[in-house]
Amino acid sequence: MHNQYSVEMRQIVKQFGSVMANDLVDFRAKAGQIHALLGENGAGKSTMMCMLSGVYKPTSGDILLHGEMTKIKSPKDAIRHGVGMVFQNFRLVQTLTAAENIVLGDKSSFWRGGRWLKNKQEEIEAIAQQFGLTFPVNRPIWQLSVGEQQRVEIVKTLYRGASLIILDEPTSVLTPGEAEQLFTTLQHMKNEGKTVILTTHKLKEVMASSDHISVMRKGKLIHSMEKSATNERELAQLMVGKELGESMPLLARTSGKRLLDVSEVDVYAEQGRKSLDRLSFHVDEGEIVGIAGVAGNGQKELAEMLTGLKTWKNGAIAFNGEPLTNGSVRSAIEAGIAHVPENRMKSGLAGTLGIVDNLLFKSYRNVERSRFGMLRISKNRAWSASLVQQFDIKTPNLDTPVQQLSGGNQQKLLFAREIHQQPLLMVAVHPTQGLDVGATEGVHQLLSEMRENGKSVLLISEDLDEVIKLSDRIIVIFNGQMVGEVAREQADREKIGMYMAGLQNAEGAAG
Amino acid sequence: MEIVYQMLLAAISSGTPLLFAALGGILIERSGIIQLGAEGLMLMGAVTACLTFIHTGSLTVTLLAVCGISIVLGMIHAFLSVSLRANQIVCGLAMTLFGAGLSAYLGKPVSGLPVPRAVPKLDMPWLEAVPFIGRIFAHLDYLTWFSFVLVIALHMFIHKTSWGLHLRAMGDNPATADVMGIPVHALRYGYIIAGSILIGIAGADLLLVYSPTWTEGMTTGRGWIAVALIIFARWNPVRALICAYFFGALDMLGFRIQLIGSEIPSYFLKMIPYIVTILVLMFLGWRNRNKPSGSPEALGVPYIREQRF
Repeated sequence: MHNQYSVEMRQIVKQFGSVMANDLVDFRAKAGQIHALLGENGAGKSTMMCMLSGVYKPTSGDILLHGEMTKIKSPKDAIRHGVGMVFQNFRLVQTLTAAENIVLGDKSSFWRGGRWLKNKQEEIEAIAQQFGLTFPVNRPIWQLSVGEQQRVEIVKTLYRGASLIILDEPTSVLTPGEAEQLFTTLQHMKNEGKTVILTTHKLKEVMASSDHISVMRKGKLIHSMEKSATNERELAQLMVGKELGESMPLLARTSGKRLLDVSEVDVYAEQGRKSLDRLSFHVDEGEIVGIAGVAGNGQKELAEMLTGLKTWKNGAIAFNGEPLTNGSVRSAIEAGIAHVPENRMKSGLAGTLGIVDNLLFKSYRNVERSRFGMLRISKNRAWSASLVQQFDIKTPNLDTPVQQLSGGNQQKLLFAREIHQQPLLMVAVHPTQGLDVGATEGVHQLLSEMRENGKSVLLISEDLDEVIKLSDRIIVIFNGQMVGEVAREQADREKIGMYMAGLQNAEGAAG
Repeated sequence: MEIVYQMLLAAISSGTPLLFAALGGILIERSGIIQLGAEGLMLMGAVTACLTFIHTGSLTVTLLAVCGISIVLGMIHAFLSVSLRANQIVCGLAMTLFGAGLSAYLGKPVSGLPVPRAVPKLDMPWLEAVPFIGRIFAHLDYLTWFSFVLVIALHMFIHKTSWGLHLRAMGDNPATADVMGIPVHALRYGYIIAGSILIGIAGADLLLVYSPTWTEGMTTGRGWIAVALIIFARWNPVRALICAYFFGALDMLGFRIQLIGSEIPSYFLKMIPYIVTILVLMFLGWRNRNKPSGSPEALGVPYIREQRF
């Protein structure tokens, strides 16, 4: 009997140690459809898909492909069964060319002379054309843009004959234009009768692109329905399990004293290019100032300068009435500047260390935490436990390596450490990047709490909605210069967008 | 003209052991495993060659014995660094110290004994007719010829075959290679063993061709130079050949200057290749300070499949 589902996963359970990633999940998808698997980070979507593509093995449960019971033992096995996956972190070899990456698993020929390569290139280009994908075939991967790399990944699965294509958070790395293009490609694949599954936490995309939607929460499949039978608001509720707040309540602005005053500073990049160019701005006590801008226009350098990681030339920075020491991380911390860095696992946390050690990084010198150079172990554990509780960090125990926590919990841990320092100013760079709706909400809550307590926040984010939602004032930087400043009441996406693109200069606003 | 010819010939004979060791190292490191045990493997290769050749007098048996020992040592290295995921730097250093100690012990009875000419020369008198180059190639031994063939074969293998593609892929990104159905662990075992054989042959070549007497620690740091050569050659066999002969020439230069009767103490002359190693490494480091080194991305990182990111 012909089964109408091209893939069926029955009663899937997957455990990592004591963490239950998937709990008796039933998942089905049809051929010729785009199936969206929606859920927060850590809801277990990626784990489900990794089992389908042979990266993980289910603890228990069955997988049926085209109605037949299948054991997928390895990624190689998955490909043999026609399952291809495009991972969130691409599985491409940076030094090889796009074509070499695509033919990597090809066993057809031992010798790869010029003629063989030419044939393969034509084959690859034909596939790319068929599905509306363009990328330079003969360039090494590291020279391609992220969008192009993703296209290589997609062509790779198609080249290997996949009839079921899984995309894990495909748009998280793409520009809006590239995402648009991706969805066109997915439509092509659907029309060819392929099964397309994409995991995401972006509601808008789900509504715009998919035919069928399954929602996962906390390792369980909550609901599965046709797109036409639902709407964004319902999906959001299913996903987070609670109503969403519309936006932060607007508080009367404290006309506090000036906390941070940056005047005409320059920061140089490695090749003598200026990353910040005579930048001046200020932050008052008890306000959230958002820095908007397209990536690479000096945001990173700005954060690094304020937290002591980079030195500035010319100009001056005053913090809390005193001049800020140039290029000293320690004095920035002591002056009361907290830092939530762009990449939490790279410069925020030490992945293989546990909760306690990570919480100690900024306070170990404190008498409360160490005496005569010896850490006060039991005291610190109790203190960590209280912070874990206070910030609602979900972790098996205090010694769990933090790299095993979900992104949201890592960020909470980072915030716990930084806020515990009682900072006057929090420099938060992309604080919600890669977080799901619930965790994002939590981070926003933390930031606005700081503001309510009279602290200030410098929020650097590429997410314009976030900047508009939280900030009292929005500063737009372009090419290391301030090109515009908007108060929240007058915030207007279009205007800010023009500033961000460098198309408009705010007369007088920069001075 | 004569002096240039002499120098080139000397560079080849002194550079060939370096070349074998560098080629072996390239194979291993391309697969993503750091190879710092070359010195120890070369010493073991040399002492094995010496013992078997003196006892049996057969070149075939000698080379087989060298291969056998190298396979065993390669297996140990592979087991430690691939299966047990031990720190590869420590592994390599351990191999070096182990090889140095064991070879010194095994070599005691044959220390200082001359080894008769072991590797026959491939005489091709008709080649002498070719001006200049002909004379160099007319009377080289079989092992040297084998090294030429090996350079070309490895170059083709790495860049022109599917297996070579797998090798490059798994040294750069083993997770990707794994997802593409390449058995990373098994292949790493294979390449470590194959590379170890070549490094063992490097030691054998040193003893059988270049300096036919066993003395304790006779490699005098050539294993380490081979490690540096791999970096100069940016993991490419053809560049490894050029670099190996360059260092071979420097090695010889010391002797030549000594023969002329220079006043410079011989110790300083023997230092030449090592000083140049340091200088070249410094220069390359400075010149490529803003560039990727061309080294396999995953070099030295053990690969574990089911790891959460």
